[in-house]
Amino acid sequence: MVKKIFANIYIYLILFLMYLPILLLIVFSFTDSTNVGVWKGFSFDLFPRLFHNQEIMVALGNTIIIALISSIVSVLLGTTGAIGVFYSKKRNKRVVEAVTQIPVVNAEIVMALSLTVLFVFLGSMIFKTSLFSFHTLLIGHVCLSLPFVYLSVKPKLQQMDPNLYEAAMDLGCTPRRALVKVVIPQIIPGIISGFLLSMTLSLDDFIVTAFLRGPGLLSGDKAIETLSTLVQAKIKKGPIPPELRALTTILFLIVLTVVVIVAVYRNHFAKTFGTKKNLRRLRNVR
Amino acid sequence: MEDNHIITLDHISKSFGDSLIVDDISLFIKKGEFVTFLGPSGCGKTTTLRMISGFEMPSKGRVLLNGKDVTNLPPYKRPINTVFQRYALFPHLDVYDNVAFGLKLKKVPVVIKKRNGKEVTKMKHLPAKVIDQKVARALKIVDLEDLEDRSIDTLSGGQQQRVAIARAIVNEPEILLLDEPLGALDLKMRKEMQLELKEMHKKLGITFIYVTHDQEEALTMSDTIVVMKSGVVQQIGTPTQIYNEPQNAFVADFIGESNIYSANMVDKRKVRFLNWTWDCVDDFEINENVDVVVRPEDVILMGPRTTNLIGTIKSKIFKGVHYEYTVIVGKSELQARDTRDLKVDSHVSIKIDPQNIQIMKKQYNINAFYDAYITKDNKVAMTDDEFECDLTQLLPGSKIDDDGYLVKNGVRYNLTDAPVAVEIEIKAIALSDDISASEVHGVIINSIWKGDYYQVLVRSSSEEDYIIDTQDSWNINDIVSIIVKKDDIKLRLKGDISKYEEDA
Repeated sequence: MVKKIFANIYIYLILFLMYLPILLLIVFSFTDSTNVGVWKGFSFDLFPRLFHNQEIMVALGNTIIIALISSIVSVLLGTTGAIGVFYSKKRNKRVVEAVTQIPVVNAEIVMALSLTVLFVFLGSMIFKTSLFSFHTLLIGHVCLSLPFVYLSVKPKLQQMDPNLYEAAMDLGCTPRRALVKVVIPQIIPGIISGFLLSMTLSLDDFIVTAFLRGPGLLSGDKAIETLSTLVQAKIKKGPIPPELRALTTILFLIVLTVVVIVAVYRNHFAKTFGTKKNLRRLRNVR
Repeated sequence: MEDNHIITLDHISKSFGDSLIVDDISLFIKKGEFVTFLGPSGCGKTTTLRMISGFEMPSKGRVLLNGKDVTNLPPYKRPINTVFQRYALFPHLDVYDNVAFGLKLKKVPVVIKKRNGKEVTKMKHLPAKVIDQKVARALKIVDLEDLEDRSIDTLSGGQQQRVAIARAIVNEPEILLLDEPLGALDLKMRKEMQLELKEMHKKLGITFIYVTHDQEEALTMSDTIVVMKSGVVQQIGTPTQIYNEPQNAFVADFIGESNIYSANMVDKRKVRFLNWTWDCVDDFEINENVDVVVRPEDVILMGPRTTNLIGTIKSKIFKGVHYEYTVIVGKSELQARDTRDLKVDSHVSIKIDPQNIQIMKKQYNINAFYDAYITKDNKVAMTDDEFECDLTQLLPGSKIDDDGYLVKNGVRYNLTDAPVAVEIEIKAIALSDDISASEVHGVIINSIWKGDYYQVLVRSSSEEDYIIDTQDSWNINDIVSIIVKKDDIKLRLKGDISKYEEDA
């Protein structure tokens, strides 16, 4: 009994320590003092101020655009890649397998630096102009998240009954149709988690962004500013703008809702078939 | 080309890399037949089936469907549907959608009257109502009327099996392919499904092509059985033909219990085996070496001194209706069945009716021994000829532990006395006049010059015959050592290896 109480206390203590910084931030997003630690009374002021802060809004917009586009590209390339590798010869499979492991364990700085060198090289040797722009940034983010998409789709393919694809063709599907109607539905959980992973990787990426960004997107002629680069720039000059506290609170709440929705959706997945069943029943009554 | 040949395989071969899986098979399948491809695992039966369904392209040869060449036609364009070994149902769809899968893809020509009075034919999907009716009918055939809304993972193995069959037959294919569809079911369920499949075949009237390694299943269900080994067809015939008139020792051994002996035609319709001359009905050339098969139920045991061939009962097993006896005759064993309860160690006279002695042409391309067993020293024994062998080939990925047991994944197998079939290539046996070179000795009984080598027949001291291709010339009646390298002995376990599991 005592042992159990201690175990519980231990767990809650750890959880408390883990969430303490976030809790602190959330609490201080409801006061408008510039410095954290000084409580100037409860207020919602930071939230409207956040939406009027042009700088932050531009950075937020950039961040979301890059995250969405790079995730979509990564998911497309990663999924088709995983399927291609899965159905290819054993030796090719082993090679690709080994190659995709490297970026996962590789230091981000190495990739960022090598991509920078590549773009500088291409820019000065071939294109005779600076290549740094939204495109180089996009390439960087795709390189960052692609292996994670591959690695989250691959196990789903391995779990799949290898005869399913053939069964679909046996029943009249062309190869492409079989892929869409049978293989994709089997691996969709892997694709979704790959997409979410790419989103989080891209959203808070700093190193690759700082190295590869150029002018473009909402920043216009200036270098693209994302949330991470903006925060870094602000810290260099002085205190963090208090509006950012409100932004992090909002981001945290959005993530929390997504997590809750996913959990609920998983639990009730089996029960959602009802509507289709009823349709069929109606058809037969007629 | 006859009209009723729905499938014709024209000299098809298939190799993967260096290994030849299917070796020049030619056969035809009649419309409406229930045909079974039967053989041990790795004999090429599934690969042959996959070439019919279109999942594999033959390396050589043609596949004809109704006389038309379909060798390069992809599976989705063939009027053939498959029931897969582990069902391959779509887990993201419920029973109804699994069964309706093929129908929803189908397009049929529909004549539409346009406003200006012209009629045009358009390819249209089947209406939902038609699909409903067809699915309901298919589910009724497999006895699953009430389960159409269930998701796949809530079904039992037997029910999944039925869904897989419904999903295939709902498309009204010309041919239904079944790839060991009952392998995952328990024995009782399997027997039931066998009868149901047979019934379904009658009702639907379409061609069934069935693949199995279970000889009993093949005998129960088929109109025609194709027995295969190492990518080669051994025999094609009705179940009765295959059972009663096996064309070679492999078929005799694979189908049912049997006594197989090396024998010699000593006179017209007289054959000698078990040290006895028997009357027989098959006409072979005098002095030809042959194989003989006698089914255990055709061995008649009688009181001693009724005939002059006497055996001793070594052991008996009660099988319900009858007893299974092992009788020692001279140095050989004879399996017999009898409903009477005879005593172990008692002497019996043995009689076999001439029409029950099936004589087969001897195969000179391989040495095959069908009544070998594993000794306690992990050697393989043909009667009393013991050779070192590699037991790990019986279970891929296994090894021999320090105590001499076969182990894999922590499971220990005790193979002592396990019956095996043995094959040794005729080039893999060496002979030596040094008597100490091997523990197995024999006498040269025949040597034929084959142009650039001798084909030598050696009879060992325990009366097993070995065929050897050799460059050396030997004299008849020379006594030799018979030497076979460990890796050249190919073993096949009779029955499943799980029988020999032992607690470590």
